[in-house]
Amino acid sequence: MSRPEHIAPPEIFYGDVEATKYTANTRVQTIQAEMTERAVELLMLPEHRKPALILDIGCGSGLSGEILTEHGHEWIGMDISPSMLEVALERETEGDIMLADVGQGCGFRAGSFDGAISISVLQWLCNADSTSHSPAQRLSTFFTSLYSSLSRGSRAVFQFYPESDEQVKFIMTFATKAGFGGGLVVDFPNSRKAKKFYLVLWVGGEMAVGPNGETAKQELPQALMHEHEGEAGSSGPTSVKYEKRRSDRSKVKGKGKKKSGESTKDYILRKKELYRKRGKEDVPKDSRYTGRKRKDAF
Amino acid sequence: MRLLTHNLLACHARACTTTSNNFPLIFKDVQVELIQAEPNPDFIKGFLPKIEWNALVKTARSLGQDVLPEQSPDFSKPLNDEALLNSLHHILLEIHIMEGQMICPNCSHIYQIRSGIPNMLLAEHEINK
Ligand SMILES: C[S@@+](CC[C@H](N)C(=O)[O-])C[C@H]1O[C@@H](n2cnc3c(N)ncnc32)[C@H](O)[C@@H]1O
Ligand SMILES: [Zn+2]
Repeated sequence: MSRPEHIAPPEIFYGDVEATKYTANTRVQTIQAEMTERAVELLMLPEHRKPALILDIGCGSGLSGEILTEHGHEWIGMDISPSMLEVALERETEGDIMLADVGQGCGFRAGSFDGAISISVLQWLCNADSTSHSPAQRLSTFFTSLYSSLSRGSRAVFQFYPESDEQVKFIMTFATKAGFGGGLVVDFPNSRKAKKFYLVLWVGGEMAVGPNGETAKQELPQALMHEHEGEAGSSGPTSVKYEKRRSDRSKVKGKGKKKSGESTKDYILRKKELYRKRGKEDVPKDSRYTGRKRKDAF
Repeated sequence: MRLLTHNLLACHARACTTTSNNFPLIFKDVQVELIQAEPNPDFIKGFLPKIEWNALVKTARSLGQDVLPEQSPDFSKPLNDEALLNSLHHILLEIHIMEGQMICPNCSHIYQIRSGIPNMLLAEHEINK
């Protein structure tokens, strides 16, 4: 199967039809949600920085952002595909979204974010879609501006689909040049299906852990493995923890949470109904608001 | 787009790489919508040190909102002023810019806003390389 990024530029590949199809696909929803959960875990946000402000690089229709919302975080998303952003609008995602090509840089003030995630996007940046596009140039501009927009001690975690070891090295060169530390975490390295790549980058060698300036040394997190993978004869590293995936999603309030087995349409309808109810119940009679939304009347 | 995001956005065109006059972007012909947001005082408190206060006050005033004090509160101390927290919640998280333009004070680049989504794309010659 050919790789999407070889077929067309992202804003063309993710046109109206594909954006709708992608977002409505329950398998896609599940996988993106799982990978976002893992990315959030790898961010290792300190307690005193929660709820945090997170940048979602290549936010698409908001499948990744919704997980950030479930964790109680505020987020800002950037994406190059108007169709994907359109779907995000329809789904009433909570984050602010903007139309942007991250290969042109991000444009945020220094230290704006407590962390950044990017789910299934980075491989797109390694492609040249026009003669004026240089992947090296774009990666360099991207990482440099991302580095400055993150606060000291914070992390950026990229789940992506690298084409080759060379591509990983190529990407890492520009991340390192921009000032990032970090490396690659490969979850379930011996499983063809479950294997996932996470580039974990950090700003400064120490991560913030406490409210009073306490720090700890940044270290590459351990990869996840299936329990049987660690057994004798396996080629996987021996130091890995046999960590069972635990999801802390259930601890979070049901805000925006999708019930399993629910179609996207039902989900949106339910969410809208919820907003409608919330608008009625939460808003006192004398409020300036008549519902969740109202045209401004300054 | 909420004022939270606006308070972090600077012009990233090539003409503005060496200036500090690329912030805040100035609103023109904007349509605003108020969308109620659940109170999130912990988030606001964590976000306080990142606020560019003068820009926030100026921008809020340009939209006819003058609930914020001109003088930046002392953010080195924990903020327990409930009224101020409520004002900040409203200004940062409930005012949505739905339509209009943001103009760079330095290079005059116009960033269009449609359906609440700012277009931050630059033309080839404007890209900072
Ligand atoms: C597979 S989708 C993932 C979307 C979302 N993160 C998720 O988990 O559902 C990849 C997204 O990357 C976006 N993308 C690709 N190249 C980009 C670029 N240069 N700047 C911004 N977004 C880009 C595409 O438009 C698309 O929405
Ligand atoms: Zn400018």
